[in-house]
Amino acid sequence: MSRGLRLIPLILLLFLLSGLAWRLIKPADTAVPSQMVEREVPPFALPPALPGEPGLTAADLASGKPHLLNIFASWCIPCASEGKVLQELQRRGVTVDGIAIRDTPEALAAFLARNGDPYQRIGSDRQSDTQIALGSSGVPETFVIDAHGVIRRQYIGALNDSNIPGVLREIEEVR
Amino acid sequence: MSLRAASKRRGGNPAGLLRFARNDVIAAVLLILASPAVADSNLPPAYWANRQLPNARQEAQAQALMEQLRCLVCQGQSIADSDAELAGDMRDLVRRRIAAGEKPSAIRSWLIQRYGTWISYRPTDEPAAWPLWLTPLALLLAGAWLIRRRIKLKASH
Amino acid sequence: MIAETGLAALWLAAGLAAYQFLLMILALRTDIGVTRPMRAVAVTQGGLTLLAFAMLLLVFARSDMSVALVFENSNSAKPFIYKVAGAWGNHEGSMLMWVTILAIAGAFVALFSRRTGERTLTAALGSQAVLALGFYAFLLVASNPFARLFPAPPDGQGLNPLLQDPGLAFHPPTLYLGYVGLSVAFSFAVGALLTGEVDARLARAMRPWVLGAWILLTLGITAGSYWAYYELGWGGYWFWDPVENASLMPWLAATALLHSINVLAARGTLKAWTMMLAVIAFSMSMVGTFLVRSGILTSVHAFAIDPQRGTFLLVLLAIYVGAAFVLFAVRGASLKEGAPFELVSRESGLVINNLLLSVILGIVFLGTLYPLFVEALSGEKLSVGAPYFNAVAGPLALLLAIMVGIGPLLSWRRERRPVFGQLKIPALIGASALVMTILAAPAMHILPRLGFTVAAFLVAASILPLVGRNPLRAPLATWGMVVAHFGIAVALTGMAANAAFSSERLAIAKPGEILTVGPWQVQLESVTPTAGKNWTANEAELHASRGEGVISLAPETRYYSDPPTETNESAIRTFWDGQLYTVVGKQDASGAWQLRLWWKPFVTLIWAGGALIAIGGALALLGRLLPYFRRRRAPEWRRRYA
Repeated sequence: MSRGLRLIPLILLLFLLSGLAWRLIKPADTAVPSQMVEREVPPFALPPALPGEPGLTAADLASGKPHLLNIFASWCIPCASEGKVLQELQRRGVTVDGIAIRDTPEALAAFLARNGDPYQRIGSDRQSDTQIALGSSGVPETFVIDAHGVIRRQYIGALNDSNIPGVLREIEEVR
Repeated sequence: MSLRAASKRRGGNPAGLLRFARNDVIAAVLLILASPAVADSNLPPAYWANRQLPNARQEAQAQALMEQLRCLVCQGQSIADSDAELAGDMRDLVRRRIAAGEKPSAIRSWLIQRYGTWISYRPTDEPAAWPLWLTPLALLLAGAWLIRRRIKLKASH
Repeated sequence: MIAETGLAALWLAAGLAAYQFLLMILALRTDIGVTRPMRAVAVTQGGLTLLAFAMLLLVFARSDMSVALVFENSNSAKPFIYKVAGAWGNHEGSMLMWVTILAIAGAFVALFSRRTGERTLTAALGSQAVLALGFYAFLLVASNPFARLFPAPPDGQGLNPLLQDPGLAFHPPTLYLGYVGLSVAFSFAVGALLTGEVDARLARAMRPWVLGAWILLTLGITAGSYWAYYELGWGGYWFWDPVENASLMPWLAATALLHSINVLAARGTLKAWTMMLAVIAFSMSMVGTFLVRSGILTSVHAFAIDPQRGTFLLVLLAIYVGAAFVLFAVRGASLKEGAPFELVSRESGLVINNLLLSVILGIVFLGTLYPLFVEALSGEKLSVGAPYFNAVAGPLALLLAIMVGIGPLLSWRRERRPVFGQLKIPALIGASALVMTILAAPAMHILPRLGFTVAAFLVAASILPLVGRNPLRAPLATWGMVVAHFGIAVALTGMAANAAFSSERLAIAKPGEILTVGPWQVQLESVTPTAGKNWTANEAELHASRGEGVISLAPETRYYSDPPTETNESAIRTFWDGQLYTVVGKQDASGAWQLRLWWKPFVTLIWAGGALIAIGGALALLGRLLPYFRRRRAPEWRRRYA
């Protein structure tokens, strides 16, 4: 066996070690981002999540002004901490719409009473259909949607105060 | 390693523990990092999450597709054998669409449009996946070349 | 006191391992004969490490909560056997088990290896000691199993009932004995590369060790597969999960090594290949342990997510495997290969066999790590799972199975008999199986169909080596080969039957409803709440019948409170022609229950085949060892060596 051939295992080992070392240094991010960013919101029409309130359709999101679309649920623990942040954003003029995943009106009403209701509209997605259509893989997530109904940015995880300036800037940019 | 009768109780589901315990640990960690949590709603699973389609051929198609789709909230499972709610909703989605006549490849493409090739356990035909299909061939050829001097191809007398 | 004794023993053992390393250097650089001291030190090192491990078992058995590890992983209320098993059910304890097996293996090599040249033996023992040294360092510096806790808490945290399962408790030791057993082959290879004595004698000395480790790995993987099958509740037995692949890769390498050693032992050729395979087999063990403990790959089986530990293991991996590969590159030139093999000969058959096994190993390796490399190079995230592995490794495995039928019939050097004539009958049997599947099940997928064909061929071909001779006079090694190859055919039949003939029934049923699965009518009688020591459950009562008599099954969904978890306890009934597998899920709003039912014809053949493969290996091992022991009793031997 020639010298060149005998070096191959060593070279392969070096590649392997580099790859493994890289992964140790930069651990995997388990979040699955949506690929619908920079694409139009897919058509959907969700019934109202609360009786007497309006539901949510894709057309509502292409109304000529930007929207913040918040995917949440009353049974989602981190979503509770987001309420204040969303209320602050709403106070500053951002239109916030919500999609409640696998929720019931009673639980949702209690959740909103506890954590605040910044939502203009809330659609009820009982089987995660619209969530999947948007490429969202969990709650809470928030999408920044521009005036023409194109998704511009996805936030995975609950928003906190440090996100507020960034969100406001993005809303301005897509106005 | 006895194959025990059904009436015996089994002593636990350690692999299930690992799944759930990891979910608990991860949920706790994620709470702190404020990422999506993996808690459960109280609603029952979607209609077709745990029911088979009445048409056996369609059910077989759906099952084959489900085994290729990766569960978004699990640690490396297909949606076919995951207990997670979102996996159940995706199974419902797959079955509904196949019952409506959609082709499995179309459903898969639709999902890849949403989540990227990560969601397909079967590597797609994108260039990034070519080495996966070419390497076995390359290995066979390389191996054959390496052993070419070990085997006399012409029979000696 | 006990813990401190254990720790002290561990330090002493580490010191002795370092001494062994020095002895090896001395032996290689000078002419000083160090075999006897080397053997003595190796045995002492093994004994000390065993003492340390025994001390760990003791503190667990006594629930000594002043030892941090016991506190974290045990509880006085645990049944005794799980208290003891808890010793290795955690990172530190299992690392101590790893190093104990390394040291004991070294001790056994020191005690029982008489066939190897003295210089090579010394080098091999030195190499084994160096392997142990890295792990001693890891334990003593970063993962001390004997660390104390002040003040000692009243009781422990480790009362998780889901961890108290016999499979989970005893799966690690079996696999570890296999993984670490391969270290002996690695050390022999390194030793022989250092001294240049790579020959048939070395192969014969290595063979029992490789066989032993391989048998245990086979058992470990088979048992693990069955355990996942009945525990996970969805009827699958192999998921190509990264941790499962981590156990398969050393097995593939060890199988190739086993066969390569036979060529080296019989003909003195394939030196470079055998040495490389010996190094790769243990390297795969180390990669596997790294993958499982570092948390870099997502898996339902992975435990101990700790990048720090991962880093240490990666460094050890780099040093050991890197050094071995460098040694191979440098010393490989001295491995002169012999004349080429005839095309139709056992040697060629084994070379092709090894090629196929290596390609399958390469595929599993690539598929497991590919997502990581793609993400590193391009940032893209993709997944590689069962569809890929089945599509690519499946056909190669079938090709391999065909070779398994042909190879044993070939003679060494050159096959002069019309061996392909002998294969006419197995080929005919295979062809008839193919025709039968086409007639009986035209819609079967191609892979299971070919699986049945090849399995039928192999069932007949594997017993041919015994045909035409007195079976009782055939050597045990031949019986071992026949049984193991037959086991492959059996397992293949089971896999094909599972893929082709399994019936599944998922339904939401109310009590009184009858469901059909395969030939069975299954009625849900009732679902009643039950409770156990630390769990409550909903237990379904199912009555099933397929014509003669009614059987009952009782699957459960169990709820534990500490920690809050929910598990499915499947109820399985085994018959000669298959298994009825039942699982009950949750109740929906209308009061109906989720049921999952499977009828899996001949699925048990999968694990029966695995067991047969291991039994075949054991027979072969016995066949190799018995004459050795008989020789030891012979008066001349005792005079010469005792």
